Amino acid sequence: MNLPLPLAALLAPQIWYMLPLLVAVSLVYGATRHELLIPILQHAWRTAVWMLVFMGVIFVALVALEWWI
Amino acid sequence: MSNPNTAGEQALEIDLRDPALAGFLAWLWPGLGHFYQRRHAKGMLFMVCILGTYFFGLTLGEGKVVYANWTQEDHRWQYALQLGVGLPAAPAIVQAIAAKRPEGPIGGYFMAPPKPSPRGGNIHDAGQIANTLPEWHKRLNVRFELGTLYTMVAGLLNILAIYDALAGPALSEPVDEKKRPPGEGDDKKKQS
Repeated sequence: MNLPLPLAALLAPQIWYMLPLLVAVSLVYGATRHELLIPILQHAWRTAVWMLVFMGVIFVALVALEWWI
Repeated sequence: MSNPNTAGEQALEIDLRDPALAGFLAWLWPGLGHFYQRRHAKGMLFMVCILGTYFFGLTLGEGKVVYANWTQEDHRWQYALQLGVGLPAAPAIVQAIAAKRPEGPIGGYFMAPPKPSPRGGNIHDAGQIANTLPEWHKRLNVRFELGTLYTMVAGLLNILAIYDALAGPALSEPVDEKKRPPGEGDDKKKQS
């Protein structure tokens, strides 16, 4: 059975390897902008959401491009 | 409106001690520079995040994704970024030197550069291609790329941590001048 491309992409195991990277990058970036734990975590959360949205927009654009082509 | 948490941070006085030494220690072992500065929580955070990323990548690539090599068929520029984690990536330099000896690398091919591909030999001969770059790519498949990516990102993240040890956090929200207590200095980062 052929899955729709977005679903197939989400089921590919490689995509889940981004999660540890997302957590590590967000936390380290937050820690370079703040000194206390609570602001670090708040900044890390905002950074993680921003990166997910950014990648999501690119993902949707690529899926749209694939349908269009 | 300024965030009360970050506004509170503005009043923090951070003793950077000797920033150059802290920066060197932060490069040598992620988090060590912050421990030297007695910023233990951040030191632990950097150590866990950066070394966790690095060793996860190294494990994914079975210890073969971090190596130093600059030959005609393999320009391993990624090692320059991996070296950002300092000591944990340093064995690759030792292995690169050891690989030039007749005995070969120390203790197998952990962090050692791959053998040059056989020229004119039978590519299907397992003995000929063992520990060559094509064989590593074939066997590890996508894990070779992922391991390389993780270890490179770890090195880049440690550059941010080194900067933090050298200069303190780059506070993003400037304190409101009207709310600043009288007599409070502009720079609260103290060097001893």
